[in-house]
Amino acid sequence: MKQNIKDQILHISGSDVIKCMRCGKCSATCPSYDEMEYHPHQFVYMVECGDISKLMESESIYKCLSCFACVERCPRGVEPAKLIEAVRLEVIRRQGKDHLKPDDIPSLIDEDLPGQAVITAMRKYRK
Amino acid sequence: MHRIGVFVCHCGTNIAATVDVKKVAEVLSYERCVVISKEYQYMCSESGQKLIKEAILDYQLTGIVVCSCSPRMHEATFRKSAASVGLNPYMVEIANIREQCSWIHKNTEVATEKAIILGRAAIAKVLLNTPLTAGESPVVKRALVIGGGIAGIQTALDIAEAGFKVDIVERNSTIGGKMAQIDKTFPTLDCAACILTPKMVDCAQNENIKIYSYSEIDSVSGFVGNFSVRIKKKARYVDETKCTGCGLCTEKCPTKNIPNDFNLKMDTRRAVYIPFAQAVPKVAVIDAEHCNILKNGKCGLCAKICSAGAIDYTQKERYVEEKYGAIVVATGFNPISVDKYGEYAYSQSKDVITSLEFERLTNAAGPTGGTLLRPSDGKHPHTVVFVQCVGSRCTEERGKSYCSKICCMYTAKHAMLIREKYPDTEVYVFYIDVRTPGKNFDEFYRRAVEEYGVHYIKGAVGKVSPRADGTLDVQASDLIMNEQLHISADLVVLAAAIEPDKSARGLATMLTASMDTNDFFTEAHPKLRPVESPTAGVFLSGTCQGPKDIPETVSQASACAAKVIGLLAKDKLKCNPCVAHSDEMLCNGCSNCANVCPYGAVTYIEKEFKMPDRTTALRRVASVNAAVCQGCGACTVACHSGAMDLLGFSNKQIIAEVDAICK
Amino acid sequence: MQVKENSDFVPTIVAFCCNWCSYAGADLAGTNRLAYPANVKIIRVPCSCRVNPTFILRAFQRGADGVIICGCHPGDCHYTSGNYFARRRMTLLFSLLDYLGIEKDRTRVEWVSAAEGAKFADTMNSFAEAIIKLGKNRRLEDLRCRKQ
Repeated sequence: MKQNIKDQILHISGSDVIKCMRCGKCSATCPSYDEMEYHPHQFVYMVECGDISKLMESESIYKCLSCFACVERCPRGVEPAKLIEAVRLEVIRRQGKDHLKPDDIPSLIDEDLPGQAVITAMRKYRK
Repeated sequence: MHRIGVFVCHCGTNIAATVDVKKVAEVLSYERCVVISKEYQYMCSESGQKLIKEAILDYQLTGIVVCSCSPRMHEATFRKSAASVGLNPYMVEIANIREQCSWIHKNTEVATEKAIILGRAAIAKVLLNTPLTAGESPVVKRALVIGGGIAGIQTALDIAEAGFKVDIVERNSTIGGKMAQIDKTFPTLDCAACILTPKMVDCAQNENIKIYSYSEIDSVSGFVGNFSVRIKKKARYVDETKCTGCGLCTEKCPTKNIPNDFNLKMDTRRAVYIPFAQAVPKVAVIDAEHCNILKNGKCGLCAKICSAGAIDYTQKERYVEEKYGAIVVATGFNPISVDKYGEYAYSQSKDVITSLEFERLTNAAGPTGGTLLRPSDGKHPHTVVFVQCVGSRCTEERGKSYCSKICCMYTAKHAMLIREKYPDTEVYVFYIDVRTPGKNFDEFYRRAVEEYGVHYIKGAVGKVSPRADGTLDVQASDLIMNEQLHISADLVVLAAAIEPDKSARGLATMLTASMDTNDFFTEAHPKLRPVESPTAGVFLSGTCQGPKDIPETVSQASACAAKVIGLLAKDKLKCNPCVAHSDEMLCNGCSNCANVCPYGAVTYIEKEFKMPDRTTALRRVASVNAAVCQGCGACTVACHSGAMDLLGFSNKQIIAEVDAICK
Repeated sequence: MQVKENSDFVPTIVAFCCNWCSYAGADLAGTNRLAYPANVKIIRVPCSCRVNPTFILRAFQRGADGVIICGCHPGDCHYTSGNYFARRRMTLLFSLLDYLGIEKDRTRVEWVSAAEGAKFADTMNSFAEAIIKLGKNRRLEDLRCRKQ
């Protein structure tokens, strides 16, 4: 299970945590460092350890401004912001897990609702 | 008529366990021209070689085949023993029945059959072998050292000490290199100039050493023992033989305010200058880019005041041709440009400097006379932040993938020096790892922390922002406290990664020496031949081969000198006799061979030939310089008329092998 | 007229190996006891560029079923550029041989460094396999050179 989430995060983010050399440049460069419970360098390490459930419960992931300073300055090309983004996405996907069932859809459809919206909703809430 | 001897080795059980050696010896004894076939436990042993030698004498053998291990292992051994009893060493062939047979096959029958076929192929080849004599090429007893830094100086001194002539070619107007710019050296904290300048003077005074300063390598040709090098002596507009180095011109020159490269542009010099007081040779040089008389013909003050009459505005660049037996590359390093790391604000603030600039700032001969002052306002800094690994240990897009090796130590040195001279200054060092392997190195770093109270913080600097009040806001992480810090610093020092000198790549092409992806020269073997390049006669000294500190550079330089001395001590070098050979009667002078030769070993000569109708005709034919030819055989295939053949691997020999295998 | 795949068929394979990389690679395969078929026989040449097309034609004429040329990796040639010559020459020769009916799979150029013992053994195994699939070479074989 732990491994599954980790793989999922790595897949979504497309970044490679194993490259990290623990220099702390991401945390040094982060403008919202003080707002965070877990800081960018911890983030990378926690993903590496597969400790993702803690991250998903933490407020920290919403404190990231997605300014990408850490991505820009990471000497090893680890891209911490993309990992945070991936965890956020994973949380959203899970939240929406049961929010929309295919059976519910016919009753939701009305003429004014664009078909696109239904598809988007399915994508967002059913993963 | 050939008389061939076959010797099958058991190699203990290495061969005998899977190959029926007795059968191999017996079957091969029936081959054409084989007069004796023997097997023995260890052919390479003393008694095995004795057996071969006796057989050669007893049976008057004209060629031998040894069925044993790889020729890469013992070909030389068997050739030597053949030669010792008067058989030409090139009449020896090896059938590799260990690596290519017994070790990879389990079935005795299959392995024995293969061993026999390999033996047959070797016999077929040896029947067509011709006795070859290794040619000799003389060794020019003079070495060239490219680069006059500490590596080049040490190598040159050691070679000169052994009694050989050495020339140093240095691009700048003085030798000394990077070490001349350094203030103190770790871990002993003795002053760099105090230990370097005596060596520079030794170079100048040693009668075996000739210094080509302000010169560059223009072209290199030739081969080990006999390189031809064209040296470009750039125009310095000062006659080296006349200039006394009094320095009067450098004081009186009216063109001021030219950034001084020696002090990393932190102060200025004039258009005519001597980089530093201890320069060797201590000869002024005119900067043609800024000099008024050279630009627009107005001035000429230096010529007027020079009592030695050394100034010569008409000087042109000159070329010198020299012959060398060995070439040492000692081109050294440069710190990388840190402009691209925008977060450190190097190009925005004068108070963000590199470590080499810091060396000049603390050097008594530097722009501040050795007092540590901020470059922006000349005030004493109270908080100094050192940033490690700037551009080192990065992805290829961001910087250098390697560790620059020297930064941890020199930063500890800098931090220590500041705390010693100015105890009121707070010093912070941000590190990823402190890497201090080396004798007394870790103790040195610990001293910086424990005795001098330098704050070492595990973390990185994320951003340096110049503030309106002139201080620098350093935003950094402290990974152990799990905090983000903001330090108000007066001076930030960046430990920039080091890279090989830009000129190295062009030089490598000239020397046909190989380089790695970072432009460091590759050594012939990473462990066992660390100071030789794969190209024979080219040696590596110092940081051109990889990041090194001074002690390591000096030891490599001396090791390199030992290798050069070993080469120069020989009067003649044995050449590989397996070289291309052109049959002049068949050659039609088409130049195909010359076009494919990577060494330029093929030249064309006009030669008179007696024709069948008794007339003589002048024909253009290829001629191979056996000393230059390395024996790759590219020309033999390119030759349309079949005139070109490779001795030792001739067309007939290889076809005989093919036939024996396919039979 | 493909010969039916025959488990008894033992092809004759000639491998030309350059002295500096591939021959050393073959030695390494031996040192590491990595097996490859016994019917692969190695001929040592100084460089892959020493291999004259005549040698390959001769091998096929004498009944070889496959010929492989091994050299240093591009850029690593001991003689700086020999393997590039070999690559060009063999590309031309192999397409000519293909035209003559010697299938392209019977000929191959491979780069094997001195450190690649395993690659050498793998290459030889896969090459021998490919030749066994193709069966006996009957196109260029000179019947006068046949055994018996």
